[in-house]
Amino acid sequence: MPSSDYDPASLPDLLPLYYRRLFPFSQYYRWLSYGGVQKNYFQNREFSFTLKDDIYVRYQSFSTQNELEKEMQKMNPYKIDVGAVYSHRPSQHNTVKSGTFQALEKELVFDIDMTDYDDVRSCCSAADICSKCWTLMTIAIRILDRALRDDFGFQHRLWVYSGRRGVHCWVCDEAARKLSVAARSAVTEYLSLVKGGDETVKKVVLTEPIHPFISNSLDVVKGYFTQYALDDQDLMGSKESVEKVLALVPEDILFLQEFEKEKKPEKRWNLIVTEAKRKQSTAKKGQYFEKEIMLQYCYPRLDANVSKGVNHLLKSPFSVHPKTGRISVPIDVSELDKFDPFSVPTISLICEELDRPRPGEEKEKLEDGKEKEDEKDAIEKRKIRDYKRTSLAKYIKYFDQFLDGMARSWKGERLRKSDKAKQMKPVPLNNPEVEIVAEADIIVRRRSEVLSHSHLGYNVLSCNYAW
Amino acid sequence: MQLGGRRKKNSINPLSELYGQHLQFYGQPPLENISLSEFETFAVERLKLLKTVENLGVSHVKLTEQYRNKLESQLRTLNFPYRPDAKSQSGSTEYEKRRKDHISHFILRLAYCQTEDLRRWFIQQEVDLFRFRFNVLVPEQQLDFLHKNNLRYDTISSEEKLKLKDQLINSSFGVSGVKVMEHEFYKVPFQDALDLVRLRKVYLKQGYAYIPHQDIVTIVLNDFRTRLSKALALTARSLPAVHSDERLQPLLNHLSHAYVGQDYSIQKNVGKISLDQIDSLSGKSFPLCMRQLHQSLRENHHLRHGGRMQYGLFLKGIGLSLEQALQFWKMEFIRGKVDADKFDKAYAYSIRHMFGKEGKRTDYTPYSCMKVILSNPPSQGDHHGCPFRHSDPELLKQKLQVYKVSPSGINQILELVKGMHYQLACQKYFELTHNIEDSSFSLNHPNQYFLESQKLLGGGKDIKREMDAPQRSQENSASKGSTATQEVAANTSQHLAEMTEDLDSFFQDA
Repeated sequence: MPSSDYDPASLPDLLPLYYRRLFPFSQYYRWLSYGGVQKNYFQNREFSFTLKDDIYVRYQSFSTQNELEKEMQKMNPYKIDVGAVYSHRPSQHNTVKSGTFQALEKELVFDIDMTDYDDVRSCCSAADICSKCWTLMTIAIRILDRALRDDFGFQHRLWVYSGRRGVHCWVCDEAARKLSVAARSAVTEYLSLVKGGDETVKKVVLTEPIHPFISNSLDVVKGYFTQYALDDQDLMGSKESVEKVLALVPEDILFLQEFEKEKKPEKRWNLIVTEAKRKQSTAKKGQYFEKEIMLQYCYPRLDANVSKGVNHLLKSPFSVHPKTGRISVPIDVSELDKFDPFSVPTISLICEELDRPRPGEEKEKLEDGKEKEDEKDAIEKRKIRDYKRTSLAKYIKYFDQFLDGMARSWKGERLRKSDKAKQMKPVPLNNPEVEIVAEADIIVRRRSEVLSHSHLGYNVLSCNYAW
Repeated sequence: MQLGGRRKKNSINPLSELYGQHLQFYGQPPLENISLSEFETFAVERLKLLKTVENLGVSHVKLTEQYRNKLESQLRTLNFPYRPDAKSQSGSTEYEKRRKDHISHFILRLAYCQTEDLRRWFIQQEVDLFRFRFNVLVPEQQLDFLHKNNLRYDTISSEEKLKLKDQLINSSFGVSGVKVMEHEFYKVPFQDALDLVRLRKVYLKQGYAYIPHQDIVTIVLNDFRTRLSKALALTARSLPAVHSDERLQPLLNHLSHAYVGQDYSIQKNVGKISLDQIDSLSGKSFPLCMRQLHQSLRENHHLRHGGRMQYGLFLKGIGLSLEQALQFWKMEFIRGKVDADKFDKAYAYSIRHMFGKEGKRTDYTPYSCMKVILSNPPSQGDHHGCPFRHSDPELLKQKLQVYKVSPSGINQILELVKGMHYQLACQKYFELTHNIEDSSFSLNHPNQYFLESQKLLGGGKDIKREMDAPQRSQENSASKGSTATQEVAANTSQHLAEMTEDLDSFFQDA
């Protein structure tokens, strides 16, 4: 699908159109309200906008969907970031007593950026991507999505294309949003296998026993390795590339001579694998270098700082990427192998598609005039029809399905809360001498309660909490 | 309830009731009267103990035999409990030790609850101490401790064990098929087992960690850490009442200042260094980490955030003023891909932030070796961190060769690195590059390295004098450089002065 040549200079003209007629505000609001289970969840959420000329404004917050819409249509931000849910409305943070304004909850997020793989991809570098190296993102999503679901039990994971050279993951489960900094850091380290900067040659070291997580991840990598590494990246082809790989292999290997003679990449790789297996059966300590190589070249590289902080701001889904014009669209994981970043719609494309008349549209216009609806309704309906005319439609549909999946859990939560409200009594804490003297108390207790009472479920939280 | 240390009664010893357990969670504060001198002694001795815990933690792998022996001997010297059973000792002595343990812990809570940094340090050392003492208990005693403290974690059934047998074997070190079936496995939400999750030492399924009994200590530690963290936050709120007591305030202030010793936060030599000296200084007097960062900056005309923080704060510590710093970074970045405008927009802010001129106006302190080694490891594209800790030994060797360190010297350094003695390795580097036998100081801060080097190369007397006054100002609000250490109540000033000298000299030797 053509992207309809995007020119960054046209953003000031395109953005107003995008925010007025295409941005999926109602779905967006539905997402961030999380079913209204927690009071003021949307109102206490921080947004940040990057405006024209790189003007950056933080601590934006909104009371209603309408307010959000009006503000975005007024400011026409070039970039939108989503931050944490705070203890108070972020827009009023200056009025709050110092120390009491705190980030409380946020989705668990991951940011995977292609530049972090520059040392292992030969086709592109820096901000460039191509279909050959995009496989790295596919592998990353498969590995991480499986782990988040099977190992950590997270059900609601949204993968989003960043707009240029990477992907983001938003884990929206209630348990994920309530994770402490320490927990986020632990999850991130559990998921990290590639360690070291420019100074480190061997970035993956495996020891016995091989944890099931590593085995599962390796299974994914193996599925892609031949096509991606041996063919597309020509790992065993060029001299330079081969040298880099051999630097990761122990010195006392036996296949060098044979290796020089062999020219076929697959056969060369087989030599390495065979040698590794031979060593594994003889030596006391496992020598897993064939696995280590595969992981160093293919395993996802996370930006740990993005995931660890509760207050970290991350680019919002459906935000525009100013340099490429592409919309940050959700990725349908069930069709992952078909995802092509180069066919993601740009803002210029979808704006153009808006103007194209569709068959049957004439008839719709007439109907509109006949029906007696209040104007707001008509505008809503027209807006719904608007994005449906564009390439954005399928992505919003997928987002809707994602929200439907979450909605089922919200309903259960609301029921539980209303039941509890009927039989409300204070839950005793460990320290009877504690009094509630300030909101800060509640916040501190609440956070630590999550840690120590999480195995009891989330009952304790809702009771003693007062926004 | 008042216990006045009545040791004479043999029939019912109240201490034995209170202190029947060797190990405790410090759930209940002590409720008795003690003398001021006992208050001070207990506090100071526990602080010495925690400082030992910290030093051992950095220079040894925790829980190795060497570590255990050293820690145990320190516990013995300072008269803290180190053996699980009291019966082998003469009755009251062991209980006295446990009482001291109890009371001193709570006193230090008062001193260390105030800021994020202090809390983090205190919690870290207390957790390490607890870990040591919990590991000294035999499994039956450990289980007993768990039950007495209401930690009943769910065990999994034999059927489930059978189903997950292979995964369980491959997740935990030293767990064979036989062990899986014989020993208990606990199913715990992963949030309660973060230390195991972080290191991938446990099997995870659907958000639950399956922990063998042998690893339950990590869970207990997590619990301990959480409780302590909660408690410190609460303690901080009752602090104004405590501080209004003039007898306690000076001691508590001094205790919390003492832990950090010299932190190089007060800029003593502002403006004495000029920008064109930096290149030559980097070769002569910078520790390897900063030399590496400087070189990287010159070569790439850029440094990522981690590097900017580590190096920028170091430069602040050696005496660069804000204006100089801005000029320095700007000149270098402009040579790269950044134009003047972009620098002003994107990078100048963060440099001013470092100097406490933006945001919440915290005047950041230069990173100590501990911080550089333990936090924020470098990844692809980074040049920060400690080269002895984070660099591949081969690359480190090459680098040292380029910097003209002798082959035998390089070997000595690599040996130290292998033994994980990173600061000692850096000290060796100091000795080799300055051509001296013995460095006569204990390295724990990059700025200390710089000052010592300058001293040696003829920097002179004024630097030495400035080093002797321990100060700290993490929060640069109204009181820059707290004067509490100087203002001491008249009665206790003499005693306090003696004790503080004692403390300081202890830390210098450490």
